[in-house]
Amino acid sequence: MDDFEIDETADITDAVCPLTFVKAKVALEELDDGQILSIRLNDGEPVQNIPRSVKEEGHQILKLLDNGDGTYNLIVRKAGD
Amino acid sequence: MAFTDAQLERYSRHILLSEVGVKGQKKLQSAKVLIIGAGGLGAPAALYLAAAGVGTIGIADADAVDLSNLQRQVIHATPDVGKAKVISAKETMEAINPDVTVNACRMFVNAGNVMDLISGYDFIIDGTDNFPAKFLINDACVLGKKPFSHAGIIRFKGQLTTYVPGQGPCYRCVFKQPPPPDAVPTCRQAGVIGAVGGVIGSLQAMEAVKYILSKGDLLTGFLLTYDALKMDFRKIKLPLDKSCAVCGEHPAILAPFDYEQAVCDLNGH
Repeated sequence: MDDFEIDETADITDAVCPLTFVKAKVALEELDDGQILSIRLNDGEPVQNIPRSVKEEGHQILKLLDNGDGTYNLIVRKAGD
Repeated sequence: MAFTDAQLERYSRHILLSEVGVKGQKKLQSAKVLIIGAGGLGAPAALYLAAAGVGTIGIADADAVDLSNLQRQVIHATPDVGKAKVISAKETMEAINPDVTVNACRMFVNAGNVMDLISGYDFIIDGTDNFPAKFLINDACVLGKKPFSHAGIIRFKGQLTTYVPGQGPCYRCVFKQPPPPDAVPTCRQAGVIGAVGGVIGSLQAMEAVKYILSKGDLLTGFLLTYDALKMDFRKIKLPLDKSCAVCGEHPAILAPFDYEQAVCDLNGH
């Protein structure tokens, strides 16, 4: 069903704002341009803010998957600097 | 080396900035900044650079902490009176941020030691309080091809500029030579509001951070002046002097040298 292949995963469900986005940034900076990261994040504030912040940094959001357990997986393609 | 969770939290407000991020924080971590003078300018600069996680900070000063310093030199506290300023400054910086390595150099910077002193650093902050030292640091940084931040404060006023090798005028292009000894009062004689040092020293730290990150525009080619009473900042364009004695096309100054110090400045040193 998916037209992407996940290169790396990150779990930021143990963090609270703003460390959620800090951890997402750290994971993204470790990837090469064009690689795809799946970020597991909590419902509520993280799912409202992280996709927007990731997008503002120029990365491409491919999908937001509802895991049905109060968490989501955000699929992001890393953009170059 | 990856940052620990504690470091990510400590530097989170930096890492969140798109101009910094993890890469920028690592640049700060591997950067080496030298602060000459642990006084009114050096104190805030040292505090902010240590807090920012600049990995190696050198601090050079020959003085001991005096009670009259505490009104503006916010890195020293009352129990530090009598202690070497560089030791007092090192203790405060390490207490703020144990990630930072502080090289405390208790020395009077002069023509004989300045080139060695600056050689291991990426950026120099001139936080000295007298003209001979300012010309000495300028000449050494031009000759040693080191970027540096010049600043001075007196009464309610302050000024600063940034020199980057090959990118603009140096301090001597503009000011040529020191005024005669005792012609101009030092802040010891003239007085200074402590917060002026806070404003200008913090701007020096900001210039160092921007230089390390390679982000934004530095004060190269400009003098920023601050008048606290009028609440006025002015940014004045500085001309490059092709006949400058140290950075010009045919320099006469090929090695650092010392000017005579005003007599009152040496009392108590």
